Amino acid sequence: MIELRHISRFFQVGEQTVHALDDVDLSIDTGEYVAVMGPSGSGKSTLLNILGLLDKPTGGSYVLDGTDTTHLDADAQARVRAEKVGFIFQIFHLVARLTALENVELPMVLAGRSSAERRARARELLTGVGLADRMDHRPDQLSGGQRQRVAIARAMIMKPALLLADEPTGNLDTASGTDVLEVLERLNAEGLTLIVVTHDPQIGARARRRISMRDGKVLEDVRR
Amino acid sequence: MRAADLLAFATQSLLRARMRSSMMLLAMAIGVAAVVMLTALGEGARRYVTSEFSSLGTNLIIVLPGRTETGGINPGVLGGDTPRDLTLADAESLLRIPTVAQAAPLVVGQATVSSGRRERDTLLMGSTRTLFEVRSWGVKQGEMLPAIGWDQTASVCVVGGKIARELFPEGSAVGQWLRVGERRFRVIGIISSEGRSIGFDVQELVLVPVATAQAIYNRTTLFRILAQARSPEDIQRTRTAIIETLKGRHQGVEDVTVITQDALLSTFNSIFTVLTLALGAIATISLLVAGVLVMNVMLVAVSQRTAEIGLMKALGARPRQITSLFLTEAVLLALLGSLIGLAIGELITWVARQVLPFQAVAPTWAVVFGIVVAIICGLVFGILPARRAARLDPVLALAGRL
Repeated sequence: MIELRHISRFFQVGEQTVHALDDVDLSIDTGEYVAVMGPSGSGKSTLLNILGLLDKPTGGSYVLDGTDTTHLDADAQARVRAEKVGFIFQIFHLVARLTALENVELPMVLAGRSSAERRARARELLTGVGLADRMDHRPDQLSGGQRQRVAIARAMIMKPALLLADEPTGNLDTASGTDVLEVLERLNAEGLTLIVVTHDPQIGARARRRISMRDGKVLEDVRR
Repeated sequence: MRAADLLAFATQSLLRARMRSSMMLLAMAIGVAAVVMLTALGEGARRYVTSEFSSLGTNLIIVLPGRTETGGINPGVLGGDTPRDLTLADAESLLRIPTVAQAAPLVVGQATVSSGRRERDTLLMGSTRTLFEVRSWGVKQGEMLPAIGWDQTASVCVVGGKIARELFPEGSAVGQWLRVGERRFRVIGIISSEGRSIGFDVQELVLVPVATAQAIYNRTTLFRILAQARSPEDIQRTRTAIIETLKGRHQGVEDVTVITQDALLSTFNSIFTVLTLALGAIATISLLVAGVLVMNVMLVAVSQRTAEIGLMKALGARPRQITSLFLTEAVLLALLGSLIGLAIGELITWVARQVLPFQAVAPTWAVVFGIVVAIICGLVFGILPARRAARLDPVLALAGRL
């Protein structure tokens, strides 16, 4: 499903060129559960951003679902993001003025779907993550774990094939962190490709495949 | 994204930032209200002057001594030769023109009139019985000036209502005597016309036979001759005929100015239209200032909402969608602000109508113009912030590093 060939990403910081990703080759199959591990600055977040088409590689090719995404224009990339990729962020990134239900609906609003269709789907998803009684709450009326579950429902509303989670439990206590991971793993069990970026070895240990990164290179790629 | 969703989304984010939104609404509203009020003032003044001119009389033609054009310079003044004065005979000669229905000579001066110990300064006018016809005046009591030869004097006068009340508060003025300088006049009538005339109030007028007025001021000349054409179609022809007649009497020199009422009207009309346009243009500046404010505030909004913009991009929003989200907010503000401004402007002009002597009404074009300019302002000044939002790097925006 994912084919990275010689992917590199350089940043210019002052005089210095930082190699966030340095000639990375990587293949990920549909339905895999991958943990990307490494210290901060190892390039794991850059990798995730490139996988999600939020960032463009300086060199190399990225084939997602059979399409080479490297040469797509901004609109086409936006469409791929909308249809194929779901994002989970460490700080949730819910829109504060919208209710849980409206937050979940947002991707479908942007895609121009009818309000009846998106409302039904959002309700179904929120019920699925155990927030049936919190749909009309705003983010500031929800706990961290609840917010992240709203974010997961939002990521899933367009039925993506790929779910990218950047430190999804980084802002949560252990109990709600485990809750969130269980929700993600259940989705993975239903066939969703799940890639989690984390620096927590305990979380990494749950994944079936573990990729360790350092200085922009893949150090280790272990399957369980 | 559907239009209804776009609108709902923009409305929600405007409601969320109440302070910011209301400041922009206020700025836009003031701009549009200024356009409405100032153009209403100009338009009101135009209507006022137009109606004043219409009240001069119908099919009126005014003859002035000296060759002047409206807005031009008297060449006689430049050349140093004095224009020939108008005389009573000149006025009488106009009556022989077939299309002239009526003509009235006019002598005008200041005078102190008194009755007993009551005394006041007023406008003294010398004319003939025909003046009443030309100006559509009447008498509410007594009679008009006597039908005597234009060169005959008579110690009688017709006065305005206010003069009558002030000099003879005890009873009817008709039949009483009043004094102008050393002369005594018997009041034979009171002018009924309520109308005001340009430059003077009919109510404060003392009218005597034209030859009498010439005797008082010791002159043989006329201030004006008023003539009335038989019909509106005859006005231009009559004007030409008058010029020809007087030219013939003045040794072939065209030394009079003949103004027709409609020419006067259209001159004043265009002056006031330009004035209204100028006022509108001045008010538009405040709209532009409001537009700059909108741009500023939208820029602040964009930098406050970088994380949200980054999120939208991650969720699959195309750059153009981000642009239209912010543009919709700006235009919505402009539209709402201009409607509020319209309401405020109309309210204030309504109040002005109760206070001012003329009908201040904003012309429709100005209202439409104000709203359209406000919306264009919202669009133009909204584009820069919206573009900036659309160009944000989603990675940096989501990481909060912008």
